[in-house]
Amino acid sequence: MDLKEEEFIYPGTRACAGCGMALIYRIALKALGPKTILTVPASCLTVLHGMQGFCSTKLSVLHTPFATTGASASGIVASLDDKGLSDEICVVAFAGDGGTTDIGIQSLSGAAERGTNFIYACYDNEAYMNTGVQRSGSTPLGAFSTTTPMGKDGHKKNMPKILEAHGIPYVATACASYPLDLYEKFQKAREIKGPKYIHILAPCPPGWGYEPKDTIKIGRLAVETGFWPLYEIENGRMTLSRPSKKYSDEQKRKPIKEYLETQKRFKSLDNNTVQNYEQYINDLWSEVNQRLEREQE
Amino acid sequence: MTQTIEKSQKRTKKILTGNHAAAHAFRQARVGVISAYPITPQSPVVEKVSEFVATGKMQAKFVRVESEHSALAVCCAASATGSRVGTATSAHGLELMYEMLPWASGNRLPIIINLATRALGAPWSVWTDHQDFMTVRDVGWIQMFCENNQEIYDTNLQAFKIAEDPRVFLPAIVGYDGYILSHTMMPVILEDQEDVDDFLPPLKHHYNLSDISTVKGIDPVTTPHIVHRQEGTAPGYYEYRYSLQKSLENSIEIIKQVHDEFSQKFGRFYGNGIFKTYMTEDADVIIFAMGSVASQARNVVDKLRQKGEKVGLVSLKLFRPFPAEILRNFLKDYRNIIVFDRDIGYGHEGVLCYELKAALYGLQEPPYIKGFIIGLGGRDINDDQIIFGIKKGLKDSKERKFTSQTEFIGLKLDQLKDYDEKTYFDKEG
Ligand SMILES: Cc1ncc(C[n+]2csc(CCOP(=O)(O)OP(=O)(O)O)c2C)c(N)n1
Ligand code: SF4
Ligand SMILES: [Mg+2]
Repeated sequence: MDLKEEEFIYPGTRACAGCGMALIYRIALKALGPKTILTVPASCLTVLHGMQGFCSTKLSVLHTPFATTGASASGIVASLDDKGLSDEICVVAFAGDGGTTDIGIQSLSGAAERGTNFIYACYDNEAYMNTGVQRSGSTPLGAFSTTTPMGKDGHKKNMPKILEAHGIPYVATACASYPLDLYEKFQKAREIKGPKYIHILAPCPPGWGYEPKDTIKIGRLAVETGFWPLYEIENGRMTLSRPSKKYSDEQKRKPIKEYLETQKRFKSLDNNTVQNYEQYINDLWSEVNQRLEREQE
Repeated sequence: MTQTIEKSQKRTKKILTGNHAAAHAFRQARVGVISAYPITPQSPVVEKVSEFVATGKMQAKFVRVESEHSALAVCCAASATGSRVGTATSAHGLELMYEMLPWASGNRLPIIINLATRALGAPWSVWTDHQDFMTVRDVGWIQMFCENNQEIYDTNLQAFKIAEDPRVFLPAIVGYDGYILSHTMMPVILEDQEDVDDFLPPLKHHYNLSDISTVKGIDPVTTPHIVHRQEGTAPGYYEYRYSLQKSLENSIEIIKQVHDEFSQKFGRFYGNGIFKTYMTEDADVIIFAMGSVASQARNVVDKLRQKGEKVGLVSLKLFRPFPAEILRNFLKDYRNIIVFDRDIGYGHEGVLCYELKAALYGLQEPPYIKGFIIGLGGRDINDDQIIFGIKKGLKDSKERKFTSQTEFIGLKLDQLKDYDEKTYFDKEG
């Protein structure tokens, strides 16, 4: 499958060089196409959108306060419903991990529970980047941020699981390093009615502490070490996505150290923490594997 | 048969609570999207509208959100997508909406909030005062207040027309006292739908995200400066704020016009649409108040007039934009004004009092103004209290006493003698 050539972001946005989020956004908009209305809360994506009067996308974007993304999408959908246009136009909320897992979790949960017909995409750069790299509920164990100078205490919140618990028809994970997989997931989500949730790992050079050229490599390592499994859950049934399939097998996974070592935010990790990660990944996968087995029966 | 007779036959008279009057106004305004969250004493608005939608009496989409913050976020987004929208709330709900209030006005979205007023916690109180209404005075909304249930219905219909006027494009709050109006039945005339439609045509919004043929970015970052680029020029934040303020200032004229048009069409009027007067013509002293306090003061005017005392009332309807010039013109020749605030600008005076003082600044011989705090948290207001205030005010006027120290009427500190933490309340004033 090929990506569409048409671009929906004008060249030269304000995102940093090597920004995973910018890449994700570009691919996602291609998959969504022109009949789409976006809503975006405060985040790096606001900055990407640039100045009032000079919209950097070819699609309409409603900017909304930090906590309100799910509600804002609900409002657009309700108005389209009122006009009988909701089958025609796709409403897509695009928010960061802070806007999703922390301050916006309530309005997102509300929108999901109400069965709102929209796609919610969370690009996860694992901290509040826009305000200068403070920790979020999605910051991983041990990661440095300006509010966790000694490394974060706990693991990241499993947001896709929380959304799945809402009983919505489509939940997926994705990663900036696998554009085709990402593209297909947005295309699929677009065709499903009801709330759709896509959570995308978005490597961030300044926030994670690596060279812009390494974005793709680092995103891949997150998948190859098993830290970030790519999957879809359609109507309650999970399937592993192609890039993640072979990592069901523990032997095939790269050591987590290889991922952690690439980024300055994990610079001061001790052995205990690395072991904790190994356990975390094993637990994550045994849950996934058991589930896949169960659902095959 | 003349048109007027036809009209009067088609209109219906119902006995309604204030909340239900608001709900009927939403229905007849053909609001397209409603989003609200329950809170006492506003909840019956939400329930009634739900019933209208469920029984097909109203074609709206009702988004049953999980908080008031989301309710107003839904309203903002639906308005930007081109729908006529409205919501209702009270006290804590309004405070939870706070972040979204300047968002709505900054984006120039003509959203209507019905506010059944209620005291703010802590401590909890579900009863009325005007504190919630006052806390949102600096967010760029039009704010109006009502004295009876007919006025709630009528003001809502006017509010949509005002808010959606292309010269205005601003959100508006319609306030009315919790319980005193929200839960009290009164006769309300509901106008014929055709006449309402005629008065209030469909919204022609300056935003319409649902029209995907035009791409809109609402509302990314502005800078302290004007931005010039090859593609064009964009205003700075400062220019946006100027435009907001000027639209508010200019809206006073439009609010009057809409009120006049409404009066001509439906035969009901509320003073000049800005404030209502009662027996002011030859008055020696003017009572200045709003909502339930003004209603009570009408009684007092009657009582004192019977005794030959020349008392009049100005009941403020439009609080934001504050109609300073109109008030100054009207009040300039009166000698004494007694203001009763069911609110406090904490740390200063009652809000109506200090705003009126400021409005009359610069008059050669300004009236003497004395303010009182009254009826917070639903404390009953009776005629004697208002009469006491008038007498005390006139006495202070004679003595030329000028102070911003608040005086509370209707306090019952003497009944706290046995209360454990009595010293907490024992303050000299
Ligand atoms: C109510 C509120 N609190 C705080 C902020 C400040 N703020 C803006 S963006 C942001 C962090 C965004 O983090 P995330 O959602 O992860 O997006 P990212 O910047 O990482 O892309 C914060 C804290 C705000 N805009 N609104
Ligand atoms: S800080 Fe990170 S997420 Fe934000 S624009 Fe830069 S690279 Fe992208
Ligand atoms: Mg982030």
